Amino acid sequence: MEKKSTVLRRLFLSTFTLSAFTFGGGYVIVTLMKKKFVDELRWIDEEEMLDLTAIAQSAPGAIAVNGAIVVGYKLAGLPGALVASIATILPPFLIISLISVFYSAFRENAWISALLSGMQAGVGAVIASVVFQMGLGVVKEKDPLSDLILAGAFIAAVVFNVNVVLVILACGAIGVIRTKWAHRPAAHMGAHMAKRRENR
Amino acid sequence: MTILALFLSFIQIGLFSFGGGYAALPLIQSQVVDLHGWLTMEEFSDLITISQMTPGPIAINSATFVGIKIAGIPGAVVATLGCVLPACILVTVIAKLYLKYRNMAMLQGVLHALRPAVVALIASAGISVMVSALWGEGAVSLSGADWKMAVIFLICLVPLLKTRVNPVWVMAGAGVCNLLAGVISGSLPLPF
Repeated sequence: MEKKSTVLRRLFLSTFTLSAFTFGGGYVIVTLMKKKFVDELRWIDEEEMLDLTAIAQSAPGAIAVNGAIVVGYKLAGLPGALVASIATILPPFLIISLISVFYSAFRENAWISALLSGMQAGVGAVIASVVFQMGLGVVKEKDPLSDLILAGAFIAAVVFNVNVVLVILACGAIGVIRTKWAHRPAAHMGAHMAKRRENR
Repeated sequence: MTILALFLSFIQIGLFSFGGGYAALPLIQSQVVDLHGWLTMEEFSDLITISQMTPGPIAINSATFVGIKIAGIPGAVVATLGCVLPACILVTVIAKLYLKYRNMAMLQGVLHALRPAVVALIASAGISVMVSALWGEGAVSLSGADWKMAVIFLICLVPLLKTRVNPVWVMAGAGVCNLLAGVISGSLPLPF
């Protein structure tokens, strides 16, 4: 592989460009990272990239940033992770800074205001369709506990205004308990099921 | 003090948003709108709209936007750093553990239980956005609702659920619909 400073420079330029021109969220950017670093530069092999993507998606936070961190870390250790994450954050940071300068002035304009208000209903519809598609995925699992979590978390958040962090912690705890239960020494069935899930 | 509050808020947003994409919405709303009142629900909806039309993750966009509004450029830098700090630490830790043990059964078990919860929380954020679209900052009542918004919402659902159209176009269409409705009903002044 090339000299470390060359790698860092290429890493910065690649992740910066990807971040600046990728619309459509984290999943898209991770796919483009694979194209760049696996297919084009051949710095990472295909299988390893799959692992890195899995890590980026399992960790909390934005997938685009997580993807940049794992790829940077893999290629050049901590300096790489730092360079790649800064390069990924920089474009949205600059764009939004610029927009916020104009935002309040534009919002006063009756036409812009009508446009943004209409778009608010559009955003509501986008979120509704995302929820519908994700919810369908959960229901199709035919796992009663998942359905219960879906209903319980919804009621907790909407009806009882329970803090979002508490809901996430509680459901994470349910996940820990269930995984421990499935992997308990006597659970042949449970272990079998878990193995099947892993193989998927 | 505000800078510290921004930093701590966005650390929580970065730490607890599992699943990417819209998963951060309920957390941002809870911290930024409900808890600290840094943005109104309308500004938050605008922020989601802007995020859809610009590159970059919504959590980073929110951190920059809220940071600048509350404490200028230093605020934006601090909020954005807070937002990515948990990921920087956790991603490297998970990567180390993963490369060592090659077994993520526990992590996968936790994520599996979190997925339905995240869907429910995104739904709850979506409801807040719609309440704001229909009633603005006013009280929720049948007569006070802006039913034009409900119609635009329903029209938008059709292409979103039936086709693979890019959501940005649907949102832009929704904005134009409302603009035209304003011009036709005469509530919007013509610029010429």
